[in-house]
Amino acid sequence: MKSDLAQRLVRGAMVVLLAVLAGLAVIPVASAQEGDPAEAEVAIFGALDDAEHGLVEGVELEALLGEEVVGTATSDENGEFRIVVPGPGTYRVRLDPTTLPEGVSLRDPERTELEAVRVLEGRDKRVVFALGERARPRPDDVARPPSGNRVVNRLWTGLVVGIVIALSSIGLSLVFGTTRLVNFAHGEMVTLGALLGWFFSSGTVGPGWSLFIAGAIAVALSGLFGAVQDRLLWRPLLDRRTDLISLMIVSIGLAMLLRYTFTVFFGSNVRPFREYAAQAPWVWGPLVLRPKQLVVLAIGVVVIALYALVLQKTRLGTAIRATSDNRDLAESSGINVTRVVLIVWVAGSALAALGGLSFATLYGVEWDIGFRLLLPIFAAVVLGGLGTAYGPLVGGLAIGLVSELSTLWVPAEFKFAWALFGLIILLLIRPQGLLGRPERVG
Amino acid sequence: MDLVQVLTDGLRAAVGVPAIAYALAVIGLNVHFGYTGLFNIGQIGFLAAGAYGAGISASLWGWPLPLAILAGVVAAVLLGLLLGLPALRLRAEYLAIVTISASEIIRITVRSTSVEGVTGGPQGIGRWASSFYDINPIPSGKYGIGRIAFNHRELWVMLVGWALVALAVLVTWLLVRSPWGRVLRSIRDDEDAARSLGKNVYAFKVQSLVYGGVLGALAGLLLAINANYTTPGEYQTVFTFYMYVALILGGIGKLFGPVLGSMLFWFTLQATDVLLRQLIQPGSWAATYIEQRDIGQLRLALVGLALMLLVIFRPQGVLGGRSPGKAQ
Repeated sequence: MKSDLAQRLVRGAMVVLLAVLAGLAVIPVASAQEGDPAEAEVAIFGALDDAEHGLVEGVELEALLGEEVVGTATSDENGEFRIVVPGPGTYRVRLDPTTLPEGVSLRDPERTELEAVRVLEGRDKRVVFALGERARPRPDDVARPPSGNRVVNRLWTGLVVGIVIALSSIGLSLVFGTTRLVNFAHGEMVTLGALLGWFFSSGTVGPGWSLFIAGAIAVALSGLFGAVQDRLLWRPLLDRRTDLISLMIVSIGLAMLLRYTFTVFFGSNVRPFREYAAQAPWVWGPLVLRPKQLVVLAIGVVVIALYALVLQKTRLGTAIRATSDNRDLAESSGINVTRVVLIVWVAGSALAALGGLSFATLYGVEWDIGFRLLLPIFAAVVLGGLGTAYGPLVGGLAIGLVSELSTLWVPAEFKFAWALFGLIILLLIRPQGLLGRPERVG
Repeated sequence: MDLVQVLTDGLRAAVGVPAIAYALAVIGLNVHFGYTGLFNIGQIGFLAAGAYGAGISASLWGWPLPLAILAGVVAAVLLGLLLGLPALRLRAEYLAIVTISASEIIRITVRSTSVEGVTGGPQGIGRWASSFYDINPIPSGKYGIGRIAFNHRELWVMLVGWALVALAVLVTWLLVRSPWGRVLRSIRDDEDAARSLGKNVYAFKVQSLVYGGVLGALAGLLLAINANYTTPGEYQTVFTFYMYVALILGGIGKLFGPVLGSMLFWFTLQATDVLLRQLIQPGSWAATYIEQRDIGQLRLALVGLALMLLVIFRPQGVLGGRSPGKAQ
């Protein structure tokens, strides 16, 4: 009995590993830089350093060839950016001043574009955007409340990010609701969606499909991976009556295994989706938005509406809600709980992948986007009530809005720290979450 | 392939400063998780509290080192009390999320450029522990056998470190066999029963969190003093997970488990690294699949795999401790 189970688990682990490796085995060719044509890849790079505010993170830059955008980048936590361009040539580099954090501005506000940046064969080109001086906030600047314009734009971004976090959180909450597993590897499901989408749409050896097709396939494959995980890893462990904490530790191990496997294949650069590299913003009155934000929001809203419809109107939805409410009761009233759990894994993983794709469309693909989103996702899920079906939606929106609006007053570095802080405070007052029911002890 | 090098480098790591620091931090984690059943996955936050508490008071306020170290320990006590307030009344999964969130808040805060004047921002605080080396009694030179050798500076840190580990094991031993320790174990085994016997479960949990956190702070201090530097990059959440690997390896709820587990962990980590580097020489068969620069990542992926396999197949660790489930 025991050895049979062990065999099953070993076999399961092997298959999971192989599936991951097979799914990604093609990507290394894309990122391997030694000796293949990809080596010719050159980039325009630099660092944004403001004398007053230090390293400037999250600023969007793009490289243009003629009028066509050929590459984009967002400055990282060290203020550094690296725009990969197709090859040697003369480019223009444009910095998006709307993405500069509050108080930081260009030394010459007109100079958002650098003309005639010559990139030579095999040599990365450094460019400099001068920041500062004018950026020094005057005392009355600090005291003045944020202008309507900024508030509107932060609200808008918060809404978009909130929907993305909500999408990514549903799987975590449902899996917890139906199996009591707190899945620390959920962030890696988010990353997987983005990486697969990148491979199919923008990878140098990938098929180069449009992002919509590539995204659909990435979502489907991630759903499949969710099913594989459930069948080969989590179900055997649950059948063995593994306790909650052991399960959490296994998921932590799985998260590390997946995450660092991703880096080996994908490298540690931020890469944009080919088609969504950079977009000229639309200006609607006080609101400056990017078309890709609108697409992400629309898809998110439609998918969430579908999710709610399935949950409310179908037998399956009723079964899912019943199982996450009380597993034993659901089982004894004839619901096939094993099947419900499998469906929850597939749907949750697919939604997480969609969340990852959306986030990557906005901010670029990176090997650890899921891990960096994991704590905000946890915050969203706990805020809404762990295990509830609609909690993640409320929680996700709250986290998105809080983190984006906080940048009006405090540096953007603290974005997610506020979300986590809010989470701790909420748990102090209302441990069961916003939508959860208090649990009786004993 | 040079297996001697694999073994000697592994052994060197097993007695080196990182292993000592992990031993200290994991003894603390063992008090939390192994004896009290608190699933704290933000232990790295206590290391940060210790290192930054000392680093800030030494560099910013110019406190002498002993006082600065004390400040680091006090910072950890405060963190324990502060964290205990929301976290300890919660179920295991919420406690886990709150502790990891708190450690991440600390890292984000000290890394922020807006407090650069205090914490040094992304660059951290350097050279605040130099006076530790001024009182080094060991004459300069190299000590050891063959490849397993350390210079007088390393040896001084190691000497102090191992002394601390010995002290921590002794104190923990005295504590867990005292009536206080019995209450901790009863909380772990059945919290409601302990409560119904009139024990103030909450107070005991706070005390456990603070004691284990102070051991974590000592670990952070040791690492920072060894590097004579404190940077936010050293306090990533993932390091707490390494500590759990060490804890489970050595055996949860065993007195010497954390020490053994940390030594084993660092031995394996270093030995695998050397082994992989030897395998992936340019031109070898393995190099066609994996590049040298990926070894670091690959090693971490293997740590993750090891963590999964350990919990699934040998949750009681190498010596035979409690399984994580029973520890709750």
